[in-house]
Amino acid sequence: MIELIIPAIISCILSFSVVYFTTPPLIKILTKNNFTVKDMNKKESVMVARPGGISIILGILVSEIVLYGFFQLNEILAVIITTTAAFLIGYVDDRKVMGGWFKPVTLAIAALPIIFLGAYDSSLSFPLFGDVQIPILYLGLIIFMIPITGNTINSIDVLNGVASGFMVIASFTLSICLFILGNYEIAIVSLPLAFVSLAFYKYHKIPSKIFPGDSGALTFGAMYGTIAIVGGVEIIAAIALLPAVINSFLFLSSVKRIVEHRQIKGKPVEFTSDFKLKATNDKTAPVTLVRLILANGPLSEKQVGLAIFKLAIFSGILAIITAFMMGVSL
Amino acid sequence: MKSGLYGFLFAMWGLIIIGGGIMVVLLGPFTIQQFGDFHWIIASGLKVTIALILVVIWILILSKLKNWIFKKELNS
Repeated sequence: MIELIIPAIISCILSFSVVYFTTPPLIKILTKNNFTVKDMNKKESVMVARPGGISIILGILVSEIVLYGFFQLNEILAVIITTTAAFLIGYVDDRKVMGGWFKPVTLAIAALPIIFLGAYDSSLSFPLFGDVQIPILYLGLIIFMIPITGNTINSIDVLNGVASGFMVIASFTLSICLFILGNYEIAIVSLPLAFVSLAFYKYHKIPSKIFPGDSGALTFGAMYGTIAIVGGVEIIAAIALLPAVINSFLFLSSVKRIVEHRQIKGKPVEFTSDFKLKATNDKTAPVTLVRLILANGPLSEKQVGLAIFKLAIFSGILAIITAFMMGVSL
Repeated sequence: MKSGLYGFLFAMWGLIIIGGGIMVVLLGPFTIQQFGDFHWIIASGLKVTIALILVVIWILILSKLKNWIFKKELNS
């Protein structure tokens, strides 16, 4: 057991410290070079540094490379390559406005190393009912899963601190579930994601000093999806991510096509005179998680973020119950 | 509205577990023997088709559920 505890502690400390200490200088460099965007949810004109994905990927790479030194698992290589590719895809999108096709297609390509490295098991585990072998279908699942998790996290990156805070809850849940299922090595591989998110949340929480950008959000989502695949916890991972999945589902079912958020003309949310968020009556605007949370009346940005975190904790509890149910057979 | 969101989350969780049951109990053991060496390809193709149909049915159920939960809450 000690051979697992030491790498786990080292990778957790490294992932947290790298992001914690590299983000402040990154904010200075980005601000100095005018890599800033307006925070649309603030009354005053506040410019915020972007993209924070650079410190996020740095924290992930350092900790995962150290873990590879300990375990030499193909699963860790798959995490490193796919996550780095997702970061690069997001970084391109941060610097240059790309078409709606760009992220889904390139993220699907970023998933290929998981297949080439054989870092997956083609059976899908369900609670109460056991496993089902789907060798061909599973390849399709890998190709689809990374774009879905990447874009799902990207789609909830709408308010200060929400994407990183949500990732803290979802990734700690995923690690706990992997420990419950006895998949200790992948549980340790997943811990840096939780600690990187936690360190980044310090600077991303309201009022944000830095935004993760597409590079940060896609890095979070792609690493989460890769861990779900290499750890064989796809269903549990999907359950822990349900509030973000609902957001994407509501958006797609109201818009009825795959489009970038910036292409939507109708605004789902507007501001009251005291700068609280309020749901609009605009019928052309998409239905989103934030719009539904605001349906009963205006709330501050902080209150909306808190409501999303409560939903994430609720789905995290459902995911942990599901992990316990994996050991039960009907 | 927030209680509706929790209800919707819970319903999605239930649908995932029921869907898993259908996959494992009905779809997993499904085989075809009449087509010689190609029986597994045809069986896999059929499984994929049934799985996709199930996904579409699940999305329709969720859409109905979404309309029912949120319209009910907005009217109250």
